[in-house]
Amino acid sequence: MNPVNYLYLAALLFTIGATGVLIRRNAIVVFMCVELMLNACNLAFVTFSRMHGNLDGQIIAFFTMVVAAAEVVVGLAIIVSLFRSRHSASVDDASLMKL
Amino acid sequence: MSASAVHSLWTTAADPISKIEAPKIEYGQLSPILIVLGAALVGILVEAFAPRRVRYHAQLLLSAVALCAAFAAIVALAADGYGTTKAHIAAMGALAVDGPALFLQGTILLAGLVALFTFAERRLDPDPHGHRTDSFVAQAAAVPGSDSEKAAVRAGFTTTEVFPLLLFAVAGMLVFPAANDLLTLFIALEVFSLPLYLMCALARRKRLLSQEAAVKYFLLGAFASAFTLFGIALLYGYAGSVSYATIARVVDGTVTTVNPALVDTMGNDALLLIGAAMIVMGLLFKVGAVPFHMWTPDVYQGAPTPLTGFMAAATKVAAFGALLRLLYVVLPGLRWDWRPVMWAVAIITMLGGAIVAITQTDVKRLLAYSSIAHAGFILAGVIATTPDGVSSVLFYLAAYSFVTIGAFAVVTLVRDAGGEATHLSKWAGLGRRSPLVAAVFAVFLLAFAGIPLTSGFAGKFAVFKAAAEGGAAPLVVVGVISSAIAAFFYIRVIVLMFFSEPRQDGPTVAVPSLLTSTAIGVGVAVTLVLGVAPQYFLNLANQAGIFVR
Repeated sequence: MNPVNYLYLAALLFTIGATGVLIRRNAIVVFMCVELMLNACNLAFVTFSRMHGNLDGQIIAFFTMVVAAAEVVVGLAIIVSLFRSRHSASVDDASLMKL
Repeated sequence: MSASAVHSLWTTAADPISKIEAPKIEYGQLSPILIVLGAALVGILVEAFAPRRVRYHAQLLLSAVALCAAFAAIVALAADGYGTTKAHIAAMGALAVDGPALFLQGTILLAGLVALFTFAERRLDPDPHGHRTDSFVAQAAAVPGSDSEKAAVRAGFTTTEVFPLLLFAVAGMLVFPAANDLLTLFIALEVFSLPLYLMCALARRKRLLSQEAAVKYFLLGAFASAFTLFGIALLYGYAGSVSYATIARVVDGTVTTVNPALVDTMGNDALLLIGAAMIVMGLLFKVGAVPFHMWTPDVYQGAPTPLTGFMAAATKVAAFGALLRLLYVVLPGLRWDWRPVMWAVAIITMLGGAIVAITQTDVKRLLAYSSIAHAGFILAGVIATTPDGVSSVLFYLAAYSFVTIGAFAVVTLVRDAGGEATHLSKWAGLGRRSPLVAAVFAVFLLAFAGIPLTSGFAGKFAVFKAAAEGGAAPLVVVGVISSAIAAFFYIRVIVLMFFSEPRQDGPTVAVPSLLTSTAIGVGVAVTLVLGVAPQYFLNLANQAGIFVR
């Protein structure tokens, strides 16, 4: 199969993730959409790695996974602390600061 | 029968794996980064094993020593000529050791050291239980207003984890402007961002605001870094490598070895243009340039004020360093494409920051919008694409970071019952009540406005001169106009402080310990020295203005 199709899939996943970040209101779901974007990046890296015949892209995919895991740790800690103090994880409710 | 002979009965030796060469790491040249990272790791061990009462002093001492040692290492490297003649690429192509990297790393370390002093300040917030508390939360896991929070406050807990977190952030920032491949760039971005997200949520007072700021910063920051990563993927696809030098060669069309796959992707300009745009977007987000600035005012307002000062100064230095290296080392072949875009970004950043700042009523938000406007001024120097442009940006960043940390340190001093009194109406008449603090703040505001004899003027002059000589004269006109707009609201604050009646329920000015006094004193000293006699430092920035590739 032509590897370019995987790039289209990666772009599609990235777009779905980005759209989700913009339209969803629950901080957890927004965060999951960000993770989807990171995984779309991984797919693109691996596909390009295959096209170019070098391993850089596959190595970077591992780094991305580690970064995503670290981001989950930090992100969930912040979102959970917000949820515990407000009993809501909606990003619309968190609006104490205005222009 | 020997063990290996027995072993050979049921196994056959595979062909020996072709020799893996051990990477050559120049530990000496990477020592500033390694010192800070090592101290951060030791700091975590201190958190784990040291008893609570010694942690604060141990962490403060450890962090201060580490930052000083790393700065000494930078000075030694620079004196050894790594900034000029011996500039090269270390750690198997991952990190550049050259003039701009060393200059910016030195600035980040000094800014980190000064910020450390404001982090460690424990005399401002009188605690009803007689404990000495800093600006950070007693126990981050305790729900605001709950019994467990009250118990933690009563017991006098402090979050000393902020010191290792600060060191991790500084280490990431040291790598960021020196990163010489896109993978290192991305990892450094995350290494300094994640501790900042966490520390944002750790304010002692107004914790709901602080947590809200952290969530906003985290979600938007993660969103922006996902864009950066996809841009990196596309550039990797375009050039078949993440190394800056290789990508630059492919962009220029001077690549030596071409395989069929590379021929295929090299012809695809969409990969290059979209990829470069997405990476630059991620960096502009960190810089806080319009239209990627939405997070700045909220995060600056909600975060603990010492952290706000650190973020405003050091993040900007690191991100501009990375942006300069990306545009000047990787994408010079594309400058006819990125210059018009950056022109537009610089213009709306300068005007947008200055105009919206006029309407602000909170001093932290005011400084946030002022930092957006300053990002625009610095971008004008980035656009110059001349050696003078690089050195003027370096100088501006060094001058700006100390003013910023000093200004936010002053904000921590003006307090009322609810913590810091950040609403501007409460600052009315501060000059009558506390002339020294008001005068110091006025010096910082004049430096932001770019009044002669302050570092702000020397920086702005250098940047605008470089931009004009680089063929961006209209940009200079816009820059001067928005400086005038910005001067209006800086002067308004000064007038408010000195020429209006103090309010009855006005805030009190806390008397800081030596720590914050040092931070503010350094800020004032740097502002005046760089303003009155900038030549030595301009020369230093000039010598440091050449990138290695």
